[in-house]
Amino acid sequence: MANYLPHTDEEVAAMLEFLGMDSMEQLFDHIPAAIRLSQGLDLPQGMSEPDVAAVFATLTAKNKAKASQMTCFAGAGAYDHEVPPVVKALGSRSEFVTAYTPYQPEVAQGVLQAIFEYQTLVSRLSGLPIPNASLYDAATGLVEAVNMAAGATGKSKILLSQGVHPHWRETVRTFAKGTGYDIVEVPLVDGVTQWASVDSTDAAAVVGAYPNYLGVIEDMAPAKALAESTGALFVLGIDPIAASVLKTAGQWGADVMIGEGQAFGTSLNFGGPYLGLFACTEAQIRRLPGRIVGETVDSSGRRAFVTTLRAREQDIRREKATSNICSNQTLMAVTAAIQLGWLGTHGLREVALRCAQSAHHLHDELMKVEGVTALSSQQFFREFAFRVPGSARDLLRFMADHGVLGGLSLAELNAATPSAPECGSEDLILVTCTERRTKEEIDTYVDLVRKAVTQ
Amino acid sequence: MITNAAPGGRASSAPLVGRDAEPTLFELSVPGRSAYQLRTTGVPARPLSELVPSEHLNPDVIDLAEVSERDLVAHFTRLSHRQFSVDLGMYPLGSCTMKYNPKFCDAVANDPGLASVHPGVPSELSQGWLELLATLEERLCAITGMAAATLQPAAGAAGELTGLLLIRAYHEANGDARKRILIPDSAHGTNPASVTLGGYTVTTIPSNERGLVDLEKLKAELGPDVAGIMLTNPNTVGLFEEDIVEIAQAVHEVGGLLYYDGANLNAILGAVRPGEMGFDVVHMNLHKTFATPHGGGGPGAGPVAVSERLVEFLPGPKSVRQANGSFEWVRPPRSIGRVHGWHGNAMVLARALAYIDVHGGDGLTKVSQHAVLNANWLRKRLEKTLPSAYDRVCMHECVLTATPLKQQYGVRGLDVAKALLEEGFHSPTVYFPLIVEEALMFEPTETESVQTLEALAQAIERIAQRAVDDAEALLHAPQTTPVSRVDEARAARNLIATEDAAQR
Repeated sequence: MANYLPHTDEEVAAMLEFLGMDSMEQLFDHIPAAIRLSQGLDLPQGMSEPDVAAVFATLTAKNKAKASQMTCFAGAGAYDHEVPPVVKALGSRSEFVTAYTPYQPEVAQGVLQAIFEYQTLVSRLSGLPIPNASLYDAATGLVEAVNMAAGATGKSKILLSQGVHPHWRETVRTFAKGTGYDIVEVPLVDGVTQWASVDSTDAAAVVGAYPNYLGVIEDMAPAKALAESTGALFVLGIDPIAASVLKTAGQWGADVMIGEGQAFGTSLNFGGPYLGLFACTEAQIRRLPGRIVGETVDSSGRRAFVTTLRAREQDIRREKATSNICSNQTLMAVTAAIQLGWLGTHGLREVALRCAQSAHHLHDELMKVEGVTALSSQQFFREFAFRVPGSARDLLRFMADHGVLGGLSLAELNAATPSAPECGSEDLILVTCTERRTKEEIDTYVDLVRKAVTQ
Repeated sequence: MITNAAPGGRASSAPLVGRDAEPTLFELSVPGRSAYQLRTTGVPARPLSELVPSEHLNPDVIDLAEVSERDLVAHFTRLSHRQFSVDLGMYPLGSCTMKYNPKFCDAVANDPGLASVHPGVPSELSQGWLELLATLEERLCAITGMAAATLQPAAGAAGELTGLLLIRAYHEANGDARKRILIPDSAHGTNPASVTLGGYTVTTIPSNERGLVDLEKLKAELGPDVAGIMLTNPNTVGLFEEDIVEIAQAVHEVGGLLYYDGANLNAILGAVRPGEMGFDVVHMNLHKTFATPHGGGGPGAGPVAVSERLVEFLPGPKSVRQANGSFEWVRPPRSIGRVHGWHGNAMVLARALAYIDVHGGDGLTKVSQHAVLNANWLRKRLEKTLPSAYDRVCMHECVLTATPLKQQYGVRGLDVAKALLEEGFHSPTVYFPLIVEEALMFEPTETESVQTLEALAQAIERIAQRAVDDAEALLHAPQTTPVSRVDEARAARNLIATEDAAQR
């Protein structure tokens, strides 16, 4: 039974007496009797912490995909990167964990400065000058980017590459039901977006992904040219690890960069909390969603940080706000700053290089297996899709039985999104390698595929 | 009357070493230093130029920072010492429910058996997670009196917009999306912002002199174009909307739905449920009521529970218990679709379930009783110094006003809030709700002792006395904090959002 309430029975009695009451019930007397709960809540009895821990242990035992039982080759925006003890220790300091939004800057310089450092890192990696303090995840970040584009152009057609992660596309479509946007998905051929195939008149946004969710490093010039020719904003979804070595969103001429920041120090976490990376050009400052921290001085002239441009936000602008976001993912942003501080300039590049090396090694070895082919002939970075003879699901199940999480079935990933026809096919697997995968693990992977295919 | 404030939990004993600014990570950087270590993989080394076409490579090296591990630890530890938190002291920030966050819940969620699971794995490999999610959904429905829930929304505002899209889907299925959503003038700012994004227009309903929705004015606004109403109950002035049954009847009569903003759910656990009040959609802020840590501004979690008529529209996929006892991902038949990249802020959901199961029904009921007791005790204790905006029994928070101090001494609510920082307490919420002049909204929560409340009251009395003795000095508070009042206008006028902008 929980034991977090400080009051003794005597104190409760004294406090009630101070209020002129003789029971707790009296505090609730003004609630109409007809709707009061007479029987209490229909929940199990409270348990002690160790007893609840025992229940949770039965749950964790049922998660066969945990790291202690399975080597992770699954990606699709959620990656098994190294998060060292130093990052975990700093990121779990209770001053960061148990604070809230820095409404009182005099006692919140710690979080504010950490966000400022995070914003600097996001700005440098995106090549764009105006970052924000984080959004929920990449999917909801894309929704905000699309809202920004619609606000900037006064138009409502969104040209969305099918190289954008299927879940992000689905999320955009969900929220478009409120804002009434016309979402036009632009198909892939051989993993490359067919921008020339769409009618771009009246487009508010052109949305591409770099690399795209199939890992392909697409040329972004056609997307930029399309956006420019129609006056749309160019929104680019990036892989933040690849972003350390590839051309930046800014270099491609993007107006908005979004990305999934989980790769920066956050565990797989079964999908959340993650970190929505967001940055844009100066032209879009007034439409920036969410919070932004700015530098200033205190009354004695000392450097200080504060949330700024607050007049855009929901608590002031209400129905005219640029976004409804209030809580964001600050702790993940602070953690990202810590992780990037740990990796440093060269460490992040090294991680990117190793991911690419391992993924290419896996790719080259897999292609030697009879019957296995790549979905796309294009250059990829750290992730790729391949076709197997038979069912991808069966193969993944076979590998799981041998302790390997072999990737994700593309058909499953695309279950709710219209997609390039081949991506819905049941024989495709999307696979990735992080810097944590060894040659031995990769060899085991290939052996398992070979075994399954030749059986 | 409790007068012993000695052990009362002020944070003014927290040691701060010096008053210098902390350099940024970039100022600490020295080329050639590093902290990282990676696994030895044995994978053949190939240069990047062999792996990536040269036209895609950035010709420049992006400069991050180059620091030693020791400097990294010192830097972020020093930053943490410049930060107020619940663990440090009382944080009576109204509407935010800054209660103590049990360490147990963090430990349970951080178990690698939960934290190391990839979100895209087949359901048979993550049965523990699916069971956890389905169980939490059942618990939340029992607490709110609703039929089913989605756990995907990542925060309260995301829950609001999800709820509005559910309302839209329901009306559209009936052939008419309708146009307007009613919102009281005391509502959180997220409500009107979400309404706009949900494709509706806002009609504001004024509050009456008792701080409640004006029922007659509400009825006058009702019509066939009203899609629904968003209410917080207790509302943002901490008062229970006593006419809620009549409000629900009136809205339902014109075919509208009722949305419950669960920001203030901590007031009513085990006492009354949104379901019995007549609500159709309820979002919960798990980071408030169910004690998951606020993270300096997130991550939160904003599950949305709905009445029977909206179940088929819920976002998917959601974990559903099967007849054979296993769990499967299922998409509701007329689902509005995903509202998150994966399954929501799963680790926050796990913490909330641990919190609920430690408490059980009786424990949660007691949580709200003590939260309401604390708020009322503080309200009454301070009535001579900071009078209540509405002088009657409140719920889990009380809205007080600094108007007398302003009128007599020129000391505003903001000055009181800033002076409290010097006293070792976090400030209450200031200037919200907008309908109360010089509002100071205190939410003590159930986890603060009466000694801490007394210490807070005495601190406020000292501030009031300072207003009499030297009001001018109060306008410059706080002085003992890491920085004094900051120049917010300068920050907005000349935006410096990055180190690079600062260097220019």
